[in-house]
Amino acid sequence: MGAQLRVYRQKIKSAKTTKKITRAMELISASRIQKAQQRVAASNPYTSAVTRAVSAVASHSDIDHPLTRQVENPTKAAVVIFTSDRGLAGAFSSGALKEAEALSKRLTDQGMTVVYYLVGRKSVAYFKFRQRPFVRDWQGGTDQPGFETAREIAAEITDAFNRPNEDGGVDEIYLVGNRFVSMILQEPTTIRLLPLEIVEEEASSALEVFPLYEFEPEPEQVLDSLLPVYIESRIYNAMLQSAAAEHAARQKAMKSATDNADKLILNYTRLANAARQAEITQQISEIVGGADALATVKD
Amino acid sequence: MAKQVVVNLVSAEREIWSGEADMVVAKTSVGEIGLLAGHEPILAVLVGGQIRINSTAGNVVVETQEGGFISMESDVVTVVVRDAQLVK
Repeated sequence: MGAQLRVYRQKIKSAKTTKKITRAMELISASRIQKAQQRVAASNPYTSAVTRAVSAVASHSDIDHPLTRQVENPTKAAVVIFTSDRGLAGAFSSGALKEAEALSKRLTDQGMTVVYYLVGRKSVAYFKFRQRPFVRDWQGGTDQPGFETAREIAAEITDAFNRPNEDGGVDEIYLVGNRFVSMILQEPTTIRLLPLEIVEEEASSALEVFPLYEFEPEPEQVLDSLLPVYIESRIYNAMLQSAAAEHAARQKAMKSATDNADKLILNYTRLANAARQAEITQQISEIVGGADALATVKD
Repeated sequence: MAKQVVVNLVSAEREIWSGEADMVVAKTSVGEIGLLAGHEPILAVLVGGQIRINSTAGNVVVETQEGGFISMESDVVTVVVRDAQLVK
């Protein structure tokens, strides 16, 4: 077999192996999107109930709570970045990181220093490689986030928010992560978590007038215990969204990788065929030429 | 038959129980509270303990350790707890 032909055969073989892997990953992701979406749906009643309750209290009294208080001149901001643990998900993690970089630039331009909290192995790798500092990281389980992790993150950043600045505290907290829009579209988005802007999930219900609630014990105490729950649920929701988006992004990336492998195989097969033909042609002309030469010698 | 309340009991991860009930009893930070149909709108903080729902289909008991909150308006009760175990 000719050298050229052997090279092509090798490439076809390697493309085929890669295709098997990407196809398998595509199928796995496809099945996991369903589950991730179900988890988002399952947590929706909780999120909407919490949001509703917070809005009810907020609409009720002029709330003045440490968690909603806007600092006059914010000097320090924290950014929580949600990425994935594993790669091969297209622009999923880099999209979130890019969004975070843009946000940090905006904040720095406003005269703030930015500290980072990282979720997912990919963001940690990104920061470590650039030797940039971060406060804390959470790794593992980004494809199936647990509520426990969300609580840990919530506790950590609420604590940082409540601490004075000199003591490593921060004035503002942002969440950056991918939002699941559809199977083919995942959007990196930024949410300001603290100080709280209480947003209704749907615009229509924002117009709703809440009845006069009786609070037990007092509105302030109710808010005291509600706001941390609200923050937890926002973070948990961001994590679930990110997980669903991760699977969708991976499925899309793996689908195009499989398609590309198919294209490669087709091209290399054609080249290999041409090489084989060329080899045969050459051999024939060599034989003919050889026979001719022998005939001339006899004469 | 007395009027009933619609109950939604949700935890962070999923909806635990929903349906119609006669009464919901839960433990708030200032004491136990029982909600019947026609109660005025209320928003209360729950502490760990049992939440009992008396419904026509039978009684439901849910155990929570961390608490959460309960809200009621126009005969719809929403119980929100961080962690919950269906006991019965």
